[in-house]
Amino acid sequence: MMLNKNNILLETKNITKTFGGIHAIEDVNLHINKGEINALIGPNGAGKTTLFNCITGFYPPTKGRIIFNGEDITGLKPHQIAETGMARTFQNIRLFAEMTVMENILIGSQCRYRMTLLGAILNDKRTKNEEREISRKALQYLRFTGLSKFANHLARNLSYGDQRRLELARALATEPKLLLLDEPAAGMNLNETKGLMELIKKIKDEEITILLIEHDMRMVMKIADTITVLDHGIKIAEGTPKEVQKNEKVIEAYIGRRRRTA
Amino acid sequence: MMQDIKKWAFGSLWLFILTIPFLGIINALYFLVSLIVLAILWFIYKPFEQNILDVQSKLLQLPMPSIRWSLYFVIAILVLILPFISDQYITNVATSAITYIVLALGLNIVVGFAGLLDLGYVAFYAVGAYSYALLSTKAGLSFWAVLPLSAIMAAIFGIILGFPTLRLRGDYLAIVTLGFGEMIRITLNNWDSVTGGPNGILNIKGPATLGLSFSQPHHYYYLIIIIGIFTIFAVNRLNNSRIGRAWVAIREDEIAAEAMGINIVKMKLLAFALGASFAGIAGGFFASKMKFVSPESFTFFESVIILCMVVLGGMGSIPGVILGAVVLIILPESLRGFQNYRMIIFGAAMVLIMLFRPQGFIGGVRRRLELHPEDEKILKQETESLYDVKQK
Repeated sequence: MMLNKNNILLETKNITKTFGGIHAIEDVNLHINKGEINALIGPNGAGKTTLFNCITGFYPPTKGRIIFNGEDITGLKPHQIAETGMARTFQNIRLFAEMTVMENILIGSQCRYRMTLLGAILNDKRTKNEEREISRKALQYLRFTGLSKFANHLARNLSYGDQRRLELARALATEPKLLLLDEPAAGMNLNETKGLMELIKKIKDEEITILLIEHDMRMVMKIADTITVLDHGIKIAEGTPKEVQKNEKVIEAYIGRRRRTA
Repeated sequence: MMQDIKKWAFGSLWLFILTIPFLGIINALYFLVSLIVLAILWFIYKPFEQNILDVQSKLLQLPMPSIRWSLYFVIAILVLILPFISDQYITNVATSAITYIVLALGLNIVVGFAGLLDLGYVAFYAVGAYSYALLSTKAGLSFWAVLPLSAIMAAIFGIILGFPTLRLRGDYLAIVTLGFGEMIRITLNNWDSVTGGPNGILNIKGPATLGLSFSQPHHYYYLIIIIGIFTIFAVNRLNNSRIGRAWVAIREDEIAAEAMGINIVKMKLLAFALGASFAGIAGGFFASKMKFVSPESFTFFESVIILCMVVLGGMGSIPGVILGAVVLIILPESLRGFQNYRMIIFGAAMVLIMLFRPQGFIGGVRRRLELHPEDEKILKQETESLYDVKQK
């Protein structure tokens, strides 16, 4: 696999996270190229979500560094990392349930604007203009994800697939360079998965880099440009879907060790 | 229907048993009978509820803001001429009702918007009142200089309380804030050299402006109306701003809010500080009106009442909280004729409201976002979903 230094958007250097004595992830080196769809796979408990949480600042890593877009972002708070241009979704959907669909996306798109107390109370011209821009942008992402007709519905009243899509729209509204999706297709039916794949490709066309955790192998093999495989917190393989499929270690991790003695 | 009957039967029976030791069996039976009458009235009303709600929602959705504005106008006129069409007693009750509106709206920022359960809110009321009392009697500053200072003092205390509780949620936060409220009261009660201990501070000066020194109840009434309008205006603006949205997002899901770039620490401290500053203003007003403050006015019970106003009215809803405050002040006053039983009736009313309207008087209504007409048009054209088109 080619590793072009200038083309790397996210790089983790020997990221390690331990909980008590347990090594959730150990010395993981990850390279994410700009503009690609990268998949992170591995059996349950391999440390994929832990890695996500380290990258997005929810867990401070025990060891190692995270370089995003040429900047060291290790130890930054999640909201600061969001500002640097990284957005994520969650394995178990985390929407603002009692807010409308539109408001959910507004929260995302207001991330690029300053919040001032005086602006809020005086509601001056500048604040008004900014509010208008924010809602303009939110509408754009509503349309992009095909949720326009639900704009004024409460988020909790959406169907499961639409809730997943809303989470995506909300993340996109923060205008990220890198989008991290934690099992976006989990619990979706065939049609919904197909729709999701279309959407992910559409996001790629917008030149947003994607890193996703996914268990649906058919989907991963179809859309991913590169795949990284984790097992027991250690990176065991990386490469194109074809390379990974043939990798002995990967087969072993998923299916089990071949018996030596017959 | 069946469930409502069960609720009423259970609720009334429970209240009946509860009141026997206080009222004696005969009076408790009267009480039970009155509850049954109330239940019958409820069931007569019930079949029409949907119609009433329909009419209500239609009225709210009318593209004629003129109706709403004329309603506000009538209320405003009534509020303004109140001292001339009633006596001093009613003016005083109304003054205290509006003071509590200010308090409840302040607490609503913390509890309703940001979702931080604060059981020690009265502490900030006390800080405001004592700041006013001390700065006015010891430093001799005027009302207009001291009132903002009381708000600032309360806000500082809000941040001091907020800081150690940032990582706490729900029950734990409630316990810590409760402790903080008691700490402030006990400090005021024991720090004799500064606060005068249980005797409090006497002879606080009232406000004076343009040669008019405030002495009549209606002077204070108009003053609190100005403060009340300012509070409603500010809280409403906050609610509709990025800050308000960020608070609600934190209430709904802290982790997701953080991932969306919201600075949780800053926003929570801002909620505590702003909520407290309104209590500080109310406290300053209270001190200037009463001319006297003592720790007795700032007991835990006050915190509970203010919290009840927020919950009963509808958490996060500004009209709801205003209604809650008005009802909780006027109800006990209007029940004075019942003497000792009034608190029981008051309690019963609260139990019943919570049984039948757990979301509060006006709550759980998410306002439809008002968009620019152009955007509204675009939105209407977008009736098809992206996937519906692509999957053909």
